[in-house]
Amino acid sequence: MSYTKRFDGRGQDEIRPMSAKVGIIPRADGSAMFQIGKTMALCAVYGPRDLHPKFMQNPETGILRVSYNMMPFSGHGERVRPGGGRRSKEISMVIQNALLPVLDLKDYPNAVVDVFVELPQTDAGTRCAAICAAAMALADAGLEMKDLVCAVATGRVEDKIVVDLNYYEDSHEDGADLPIAVLPNSGKVTLMQMDGEMTKEQINEAITKAREACKKIYEVQKAALKARFKR
Amino acid sequence: MNQELKIHLLRALSKNVRFDGRKALEYRPITVQYNVSASAEGSAIVRVGGTEVMAGVKLETGKPYPDTPNQGNLMVNAELLPLSNPAFESGPPGEQATELARVVDRAIRESKSIDVHKLVITPGEKVWSVSIDICTINDEGGLQDAACLAALAALKNTKMPKLDQDNNVDYDADKTKEGLPLAKEPVEVTVVKIGDHFLVDLLSDEEKAIEARLTVAVTEKGTVCALQKGGATPLSPEEIDKMIDIAQKLAPTLRKSL
Amino acid sequence: MKEEILVQDKEIVVPGETVAIGMSFLPGKGAYRDNDKILAQRLGMVSVEGKVIKLIPLSGKYIPKMKDRIVGKVFDVLMTGWRLEINSPYSAVMTLKDATSEFIPRGADLTQYYGLGDYVVCQISNVTSQKLIDVSMKGPGLQKLRGGRIIEVNSQKVPRIIGKDGSMVSMIKQATGCNVIVGQNGLIWIDGEPEKEVIAVKAIKKIEEEAHLGGLTDRMAAWLEKETGAKVSPMAQPEQAEEAPPSHPHHFGGSQ
Repeated sequence: MSYTKRFDGRGQDEIRPMSAKVGIIPRADGSAMFQIGKTMALCAVYGPRDLHPKFMQNPETGILRVSYNMMPFSGHGERVRPGGGRRSKEISMVIQNALLPVLDLKDYPNAVVDVFVELPQTDAGTRCAAICAAAMALADAGLEMKDLVCAVATGRVEDKIVVDLNYYEDSHEDGADLPIAVLPNSGKVTLMQMDGEMTKEQINEAITKAREACKKIYEVQKAALKARFKR
Repeated sequence: MNQELKIHLLRALSKNVRFDGRKALEYRPITVQYNVSASAEGSAIVRVGGTEVMAGVKLETGKPYPDTPNQGNLMVNAELLPLSNPAFESGPPGEQATELARVVDRAIRESKSIDVHKLVITPGEKVWSVSIDICTINDEGGLQDAACLAALAALKNTKMPKLDQDNNVDYDADKTKEGLPLAKEPVEVTVVKIGDHFLVDLLSDEEKAIEARLTVAVTEKGTVCALQKGGATPLSPEEIDKMIDIAQKLAPTLRKSL
Repeated sequence: MKEEILVQDKEIVVPGETVAIGMSFLPGKGAYRDNDKILAQRLGMVSVEGKVIKLIPLSGKYIPKMKDRIVGKVFDVLMTGWRLEINSPYSAVMTLKDATSEFIPRGADLTQYYGLGDYVVCQISNVTSQKLIDVSMKGPGLQKLRGGRIIEVNSQKVPRIIGKDGSMVSMIKQATGCNVIVGQNGLIWIDGEPEKEVIAVKAIKKIEEEAHLGGLTDRMAAWLEKETGAKVSPMAQPEQAEEAPPSHPHHFGGSQ
């Protein structure tokens, strides 16, 4: 079986329409919204700030703490019970690891930078959308960053490598998903996970396609950050 | 609150000028946006000044509660998301979130604003369950009233989904054009007492000076369908009368924004 | 090899954006070098001074600096002094000897001097590498704040709110008749007639939002005139920016 036409008619390398806005939560130190297709992520950054509980403090550097959560009405079908669970915990950690390489928190011993991501609606690619929103929010908060971070959910559906999977492609039985986060200026990868079965060649193809897609995402993030300051 | 700051606030109130220039019984500008979550069956965002609250409605089918076999189920849940205020922490709802949800729940449930008898599919076996989830997005004060308005707006925005042959919801199909059986539209006005002054729609700074508060839920007919008193200072019957009066006068303003 | 600045002066750039190419450029604050490129290290406004390229921050928390005059809030009373919140990731400590030249007897109730919730204007006297911060109240203009109210702005905007030689803040004081003390940490104390205070707060918030735009001083002068009817002159008045408001003398004693 050959996956010649995607469920929603997109090209193999085509990502869904995107939109982004920075500064959406005035109370936060930094905030941003990132939407790709129907998946929307809201992110607020608080920090650097005092860290409790005290035993988590690190006297050599500030720490990054990410909390990812789906709003109860954001799931594909039934209501999502609040409280996160193991999936949310893992995704929070993965987002943290994707963002850490661009940050230098050594000037903030014992402090924490809290990143909260909430999703009001989802259609796959949630951890990637969360990373894109968080990168903008961290920049908005005035933190020193070597680069922004872009992420997109690539994957295999039957025999094709596609970019920006939606819910139906993500849950397709003959497939694999491979979310990837990339630093736009160096092209280096800061997040990579895979579920399913792929050959090495397919993985390399996915990474190449992810880098290409992330160039478009970067333009959207840049524009949103610059639009924050009215002219 | 710092005593000096409270004295300063009272001085401003004696001239009917609050810290942001509003009068004591004036709400900030209110806007409502519908259909903000494509995955919810109904959703809305309510903005009161800078405060922003989102509410979403999810519909499911299931068994009715054993003691109400001919009624649908209703649940209201609220989360004070850490996103919205540096003082909010992750974790299960605390006192404030629980009170917020329960006061909204009472207004909707006790006013019978949703006719739960019309939510029955097969008596005793299958009924609709309505879950309202309220999430705060930006907290600049006045969450209670904004939350109730958001819940009501989300209910108004709700469209019933299609059912499959087993009378379970088919979330993949398009929704029907039918809405919920909404019989009443309760809105909440929280009236606050500071010194000898009554205020509504408090900013976060002003909230620190609250002596007593009374949340009053009012229907379109002007009847009161829920009450909640908070704050450490007791209220006299005359004050309560005055506060309910204020709520009844201001409720139409809130309802108009829907 | 190419030597080129890729962006305009005062352009807003994002982290990782290439600002210049060439080995002759020097990365100033907020920029860093990666091989032959100078990159932005934060979201900010580009400022080119000769060969030095730096980034002016438009957001970010207050980082305490020696000698900064700030507004702090007492939130803890210690055995040997007080702990203050200073709108920064770190709190500050004020010891007895830095609080006053008055003699404080052993075992005295320290809340008689500064109680929980009190706001003070103080000066940063020491910052260690581990971010332990000391503040002092001994100096001109440093005092406990009585009455009035506190608003918070982003500390990066404070220079614009004060203006060159205090010109911006004195325009606000002139037009509204309010007393205004601006802390370097973004906490600002305002005291005046209620309606005028509202205008002063609006003015400060307007400056905060438009801090990165040019012509701000003239724009604010026109805006203040329209709002208050009072004519203001955007001229430098250095004394006013530093002077202590006369109605709040530097004294202790008595609970609040």
